[in-house]
Amino acid sequence: MPATRPLPELVCPAGSLPALKAAVDNGADTVYLGLKNDTNARNFAGLNFDDRTAREGIHYAHQHGRKVLLAINTYAQGGDISRWHRAIDEGAALGVDAIILADIGLMKYARDRYPDLRLHMSVQSSATNYEAIKLAQDMFDIRRAVLPRVLTLDQVKQVIDHTNVEIEVFGFGSLCVMVEGRCLLSSYATGESPNSHGVCSPAKFVRWEHGQQALGARLNGILIDEYQQGEPAGYPTLCKGRFEVEGDTYYALEEPTSLNVMSMLPQIIDIGVAAIKVEGRQRSPAYVAQVTRTLREALDAAGRDKQRFAVKPAWTQALSKLAEGQQQTLGAYNRPWK
Amino acid sequence: MHIPDLTLPAKLASILGKLPSTPPCWALVTTLNQLKKRDILPVDMSLLAGHSFEVHILDADMRLRFTADDARFSVDSTPSEPDLRLAANLADFARMMLREEDPDTLFFNRKLVIEGDTELGLIVKNLLDSVDWSATPLQRFMAV
Repeated sequence: MPATRPLPELVCPAGSLPALKAAVDNGADTVYLGLKNDTNARNFAGLNFDDRTAREGIHYAHQHGRKVLLAINTYAQGGDISRWHRAIDEGAALGVDAIILADIGLMKYARDRYPDLRLHMSVQSSATNYEAIKLAQDMFDIRRAVLPRVLTLDQVKQVIDHTNVEIEVFGFGSLCVMVEGRCLLSSYATGESPNSHGVCSPAKFVRWEHGQQALGARLNGILIDEYQQGEPAGYPTLCKGRFEVEGDTYYALEEPTSLNVMSMLPQIIDIGVAAIKVEGRQRSPAYVAQVTRTLREALDAAGRDKQRFAVKPAWTQALSKLAEGQQQTLGAYNRPWK
Repeated sequence: MHIPDLTLPAKLASILGKLPSTPPCWALVTTLNQLKKRDILPVDMSLLAGHSFEVHILDADMRLRFTADDARFSVDSTPSEPDLRLAANLADFARMMLREEDPDTLFFNRKLVIEGDTELGLIVKNLLDSVDWSATPLQRFMAV
């Protein structure tokens, strides 16, 4: 193992121009964003970038020596794939530093049209092993792969040891059932899924019901959770709902939690992770600023002295306040069993 | 600026609650229209037109109600249910507006209530998030 590894890039989310500026101002190395349509997996009303804001944001980031990635991470839908092609054309014209793609058809389009455009394989591609990554490298010359959040740290290391494609892992943000790129769960309630429409629970299907006792979350009329008074709420997604199973009501699929890898930063640096990604393009500039600032400090501290690195209580406090479900885990990274 | 964690005292709230809400609401609507006119509020009015909104400041027991059409915001004096209702204490609204706190965080912590048309709520939230205050003198009050 080399004595000094370069610090992983800190990759932060932006759903708006102020969020992008907040990421840059607070120490992100790279910002990722999406366009205002279903070509990205945060296709929320009023969120994301149009041509003007994208241009201004990219200019701002580049002026500060940071990079911008464009997420085109949904799967192009049968009837009309021109929107996805246009998004790639737009990304190339805007001069983004790389495009994040999930769909191999789009990888081919991007590679053929724009041989110099750097391509990243999205977490939505669901590539969990180095053979899958190598195939995408051989066919489309992808330069980086974002790993799904299902691997242990040892497994991440195994992938890194067998590929020269850069590896990006998730570092902070809401967790889900993590069958990225293959999740159809929300389709059962709404007919729309993140891979096809770019959103798990389209807001038009969400209703919050304020009862005397509890806050009810309904997705297309289906009650998916009830929060008692004072109980923290979560995003209204099916995977985080509480359901009655054989007379017992509980989180049958997944509890609302946030991933937080702060305590493992020294190991993440050691195994040669190229980039650490923060989830949350749907969140506000305040979240982006707070998470970016905290992880920047932690990452720099781990880079200065890995042996004596310790998570500061102030960092934990700052991040736990922002976490969905107000609980944080190391997710699959820390799984002692094999 | 750091907003202290306080709730308006009940006595003050009972006085505020009895005051007519038209002047503060008029001020809110005028501010929104000015921000829009100066291109600071990057609003697509077609998304808001025809909808009614209520900002309910819980600890002041004050309800600011307004509507939007294709061109501007105006005070809503009809008694009908708003399409979107946002409710929080004054300090939490201030934190949200000054970007000290993320609305999702306030929502997770049950400090922000969203009722009615959820998609409209998301449009409003994302609209406020997309305002680039750096072009205005208000930037010095903003946390981000």
